[in-house]
Amino acid sequence: MTKKTKQPSLDFKTDWAYAPALEDTKHISLKKQYDLFIDGEFVKPHSKKYFATYNPATEQKLADIAEADQTDVNKAVSAARKAFEKWSKISASERGKYIYRIARLMQERAREFSVIETLDGGKPIRESRDIDIPLAANHFFYYAGWADKLEYAFPNRNPKPLGVAGQIIPWNFPLLMAAWKIAPALATGNTVVLKPAESTSLTALKLAELIRDSGLPNGVVNIVTGAGSTGAAIVNHPDINKIAFTGSTDVGKLIQKSIAGTSKKLTLELGGKAANIIFDDAPIDQAVEGIINGIFFNQGHVCCAGSRLFIQEGVADVVIRKLKDRMETLIVGDPLDKNTDIGAINSKEQLSKINKYITIGKNEGAEMYQSSCALPTKGYFCRPTLFLNASQSHRIVQEEIFGPVLTIQTFRTIEEVIEKANNIPYGLSAGVWTDKGSKIFNLTSKLRAGVVWANTYNKFDPTSPFGGYKESGFGREGGLHGLMPYLTF
Amino acid sequence: MSRTNTLPDFKNTPVIDQVGVEERVARFTTRSIKKSSKGQALKMILNMIDLTTLEGKDTEGKVKQMCYKAVHLHDVIPNLPTVAAVCVYPSMVKIAKDALKGSSVKVASVATAFPSGQSTHDVKIADTKFAVDNGADEIDMVISRGEFLSGNYNFVFDEIASIKEACGTARLKVIFETGELSTLDNVRRASEIAMAAGADFIKTSTGKISPAATMPVTLVMLEAIRDYYYKTGRMVGMKPAGGISTSKAAIHYLVMVRETLGGAWLSNEWFRFGASSLANDVLMQIAKEASGVYQSIDYFSKD
Repeated sequence: MTKKTKQPSLDFKTDWAYAPALEDTKHISLKKQYDLFIDGEFVKPHSKKYFATYNPATEQKLADIAEADQTDVNKAVSAARKAFEKWSKISASERGKYIYRIARLMQERAREFSVIETLDGGKPIRESRDIDIPLAANHFFYYAGWADKLEYAFPNRNPKPLGVAGQIIPWNFPLLMAAWKIAPALATGNTVVLKPAESTSLTALKLAELIRDSGLPNGVVNIVTGAGSTGAAIVNHPDINKIAFTGSTDVGKLIQKSIAGTSKKLTLELGGKAANIIFDDAPIDQAVEGIINGIFFNQGHVCCAGSRLFIQEGVADVVIRKLKDRMETLIVGDPLDKNTDIGAINSKEQLSKINKYITIGKNEGAEMYQSSCALPTKGYFCRPTLFLNASQSHRIVQEEIFGPVLTIQTFRTIEEVIEKANNIPYGLSAGVWTDKGSKIFNLTSKLRAGVVWANTYNKFDPTSPFGGYKESGFGREGGLHGLMPYLTF
Repeated sequence: MSRTNTLPDFKNTPVIDQVGVEERVARFTTRSIKKSSKGQALKMILNMIDLTTLEGKDTEGKVKQMCYKAVHLHDVIPNLPTVAAVCVYPSMVKIAKDALKGSSVKVASVATAFPSGQSTHDVKIADTKFAVDNGADEIDMVISRGEFLSGNYNFVFDEIASIKEACGTARLKVIFETGELSTLDNVRRASEIAMAAGADFIKTSTGKISPAATMPVTLVMLEAIRDYYYKTGRMVGMKPAGGISTSKAAIHYLVMVRETLGGAWLSNEWFRFGASSLANDVLMQIAKEASGVYQSIDYFSKD
């Protein structure tokens, strides 16, 4: 029998409120209309069709974006093919110089890129300023260094570029994913046709301007905008040697089917449903912070988000209590406010998908908890959400939600948590929190996940390879491993 | 009558991951505190300062002048708060008490063979009683770091408990001298010992050892206070001391308190800054908020 006592509780509503601290937007330059970047210049789309891109925090239109069709993609691929002949033959150190130049220009324009990333995608300015843009520049810096050292990276294997790479990227980290894709492809001597996601094309197009200004030879990087059909035109193009895709598992499966029987190389970085595991000997306060970063970073629009929390039973109550207190201090609101922790959900469709899962979770009988913060009246926003007492058989536990929604399960033994963590079609990432080093090594070898973070979460670095197991995809991006998918030996 | 032993096992206190603490601290420092929230914070900070002089060369004249400043921070600007307290050696308590008569500013005195704490139990008790008898409202004691680092946690606990008894109604602040404790695990352990032994405040440093107060150390102590409050319902205060000399740094500390313990701790009853030069920097910022331009440091009295 438990004794019922009223617990002392903390009150985070104070008289001392943070005044709005909006990032200035006057310094950015945005055109009303953006064309396709093919062979070093901006060209009108063949179809003459444009679609609008919106700010998800205000629902206001930001610009019109060209829609590329088959003809445009053909043009881009042949420009890339023509450029490949020269680009793959210039000296490797020369290639490195171009990539360094892109990195430096990106640092110089970081402020503008951050603001546009936040306007177009809804992520808080704190994240685009401190994470997305600096990390994107770092990827270019890192791979610039490899350009003339491939012989040392793969000694006696005679590494050679593949040719033209078709690259399709998602909307959750628009510029960063472009950097992950373009930097290693250029360093290895390939040329590129890249398609950004239709809801977040702006920073890729600003990158196209930057690349033009950098003097990179025409056609080495081509950026075509559009939706699924544009992507399909790239995937099915006969003169493309390699497809690199980051996005949903469903689309990844389609791509794999359509290139079956061709000689195209493929890397896929798909969905995830990562287990974040808290043992009873963990540094609890830091683990709580890791849970917050794991699921609420970028509104939970992270393929490697720690969306399934496993807490060892002895510390479950204290972890959940601290987690709820910490959630009360999260500020949801205007992404341009420097104090905002959680910005806008990327699109109306994504918000309704998240809300659908929240309804499913409630119907499945899991106990929902949301922080008490106020939400803006306009725009697409979602409160940080927990589902307590979730079960392995709940759909909210099995399926990727891609939003600020965390399911919480408890466990008793290490065997039990390994089994549950691996009992999922995905295998992108996992987190382990314990004070005991041997336990970490035991788990890293048994968890079927491409990345396992120990006593931290959502740490990214250009030097570290990233990629998944099972339905989370294959191939690695980042680090030395990230060069291999763009080379033949 | 049986009593339940509520003493925690001090050998088995929660573990702290330093990298994680530093990351959390970095998040606090990215909060952008501007306009009205800055103005409010600056006044709060002034009202939380323990204006301090702890030097061998302290004299009656020096202490009196500092006490005047404690009440009249910058009379050019109306409606400024006073500082929370002045902090002096026991020999100066009576002088400070007389000088502050009629104001709400408290007199705090360091005691227990400050700053090293290397003396006998009887001397420490006598030191404390002397300060209290002379009118000290608050006692800032130091723990025996040598005993702590040798693992004699019960010694440290007993010593704090007996000083607390000697304090009578004076509030007790317990200084850990975190610059000598080496790890955050030790900071957490010292916090638990002090709170269980009856500390009203826990305090980072004497100001005589570097590093003095840091944000990571303060965060670990705030989290210990929170956990103790969860368990017992008793609020314990926090005082980072030494090394906080700018308004910007002080505002980061307030953000940290607000987001770790909530609004209840945002007053000088529960949070203090031990500092000598912070006040003038805050005054400079307040003057700047009013006029839009920074004034020369010579417009602000140095006491």
